[in-house]
Amino acid sequence: MSEHLDLRFQLKAQGDIPLDVELHCQPGELLALLGPSGSGKTTLLRSLAGLYTQVKGEIYSGDSCWQSTDSGIQLAPEKRQLGMVFQSYALFPHLTALDNLLIPLQGLPKKQATQLARQWLERVHLKGLERRKPSELSGGQRQRVALARALIARPRALLLDEPFSAVDQATRQKLRRELALLRQEIAVPTLLVTHDLEEALQLADRICVLHRGQLLQVAQPECLMQRPASPTVARLLGMQNLFTGQILGNSQEEGLRLDWQGQQLTLPFKEGFTTGQEVTWMAPPHSLIMHRPDRPVTGDRENPIKGKIEELITLGPHASLAIRPQHAPQWPLRFYVPQHFVQRQQLAQGMQVSLSLMGKGLHLFQ
Amino acid sequence: MEWQALEISLRLALFTSLLLLPVGIFLGRALAWKKLPASNWIQSLVFLPLVLPPTVLGYYFLVAVSGEAPFGQLWYSLFGSQLAFTFEGLLLACILANLPFAVQPLMHAFGNIDPEIRDAARVCGLNPWQALIRIELPLVWPGLLGAFLLTFTHTLGEFGVVLMVGGNLEGETRTLAIAIYDQVQAFNMQAAGQMALLLLALAFFSLLLLQWLGQLKVRRQRAGEP
Repeated sequence: MSEHLDLRFQLKAQGDIPLDVELHCQPGELLALLGPSGSGKTTLLRSLAGLYTQVKGEIYSGDSCWQSTDSGIQLAPEKRQLGMVFQSYALFPHLTALDNLLIPLQGLPKKQATQLARQWLERVHLKGLERRKPSELSGGQRQRVALARALIARPRALLLDEPFSAVDQATRQKLRRELALLRQEIAVPTLLVTHDLEEALQLADRICVLHRGQLLQVAQPECLMQRPASPTVARLLGMQNLFTGQILGNSQEEGLRLDWQGQQLTLPFKEGFTTGQEVTWMAPPHSLIMHRPDRPVTGDRENPIKGKIEELITLGPHASLAIRPQHAPQWPLRFYVPQHFVQRQQLAQGMQVSLSLMGKGLHLFQ
Repeated sequence: MEWQALEISLRLALFTSLLLLPVGIFLGRALAWKKLPASNWIQSLVFLPLVLPPTVLGYYFLVAVSGEAPFGQLWYSLFGSQLAFTFEGLLLACILANLPFAVQPLMHAFGNIDPEIRDAARVCGLNPWQALIRIELPLVWPGLLGAFLLTFTHTLGEFGVVLMVGGNLEGETRTLAIAIYDQVQAFNMQAAGQMALLLLALAFFSLLLLQWLGQLKVRRQRAGEP
């Protein structure tokens, strides 16, 4: 039944928790709602579940209406047939793992329900733990019970509210893998609330960046990372190297020429930019290539920038570098390189280096 | 030992505590969870009997159930009798006087339930009544037992309200606490002593039971349960 149901909604709220969101989630699609705390992502999820009712607008699951302010429809949470995994698992503490799974199966005959619950516990690798209470299970095991409880009644939508935030790193990776596997078997529209970019990138088909209740961008993960829609999105995603500049010219023949603090950068022609326009631009890590002046390499010398290593910090297998350009010392470029690269090139703080800014990789914000 | 007074005391305590349970569940849950606009007013009213002299409560009760007051008239038209100086009147007064003892433990117990668990119950397909019976009540049972024991014990010891509202009618409103007072007035110290000892023992063991409940709750919390 749930195989071909999508989830569409358009919700608005004012006041303490503003919200203005319109989205469409296909059956089997996983949308990640990404945003800092207070961006309204949990409110949005609770509104979809019918747990928060101070929101106006419409919610449709397939052709059934869950909420329509205009028609005065507000379906109670228990009638929406959805599955939800909460931040703190929210297992019923007085019930065993098995009994927790039986709660959503009230309509089924007891025997059939028990059999199904046992199958699901086995499916999430908890066979043998049927009689355990939540307090006798580890964090990861509780989360598996919560996920099974959310999916067991074949929900019309699956809502995940920061489901992996309370477990350790190793368990988190394992649970993410298991969720990805389960998703292949169950074609249910899924919304995942997270503030963890890595989690969104790993799991989502599309990422929705939410900020102060507004959707800033909805895009596939690669697209989002390469072409964030605005400087705000880029900053929310933790991207660095955002600068301003002026367009000197933009044509098919000569490409786009950009003035950055007196230094001219050349990019491929980009539609929609005109001469004289002030723009914000970004140099993502993959657009930067570093050379040591005393060890010149043959090859690309695109948009060369001379500078000094201002900061070199080891962070595990990587090193964080900040290069202060000669022509614009107030605008350092920051990026990571592998630790072995630092060692091979014998990089050190204060060393003069040069960078190539690969025109193709630079991103201009409209 | 005045067996009739003991029986009335026990009957009064039992009915008061049983009838207060649903009231305590309803009020305690609402005060713990709902952002009621008049929450402060309701709480102050509910907890008023804790600080009010029983005579003040008794006085206003007598005024309310008198033949001239609307409530008294309504009662008379429904049941054809007065409430003052009857067991029913006493019961009603005790329910009012013991409201805080029933509401407080339940308010606390409901307040301890993680809001996400309440949400989870609804999302799992339980309507509010099913959620109350299958999830919430099993989680607040120490609070329920606590409310029952506190009201039971406190009603057994109730003196001022009983005297004001019930008077001292043998076989109707004469409770053990009143009987003790009467016997002391009559210098019958031995009879008073027996009854006093019985009340003391009952009260002490109820409180002991409450302590055990408290420890049980702490152990459950350490084990990660609410």
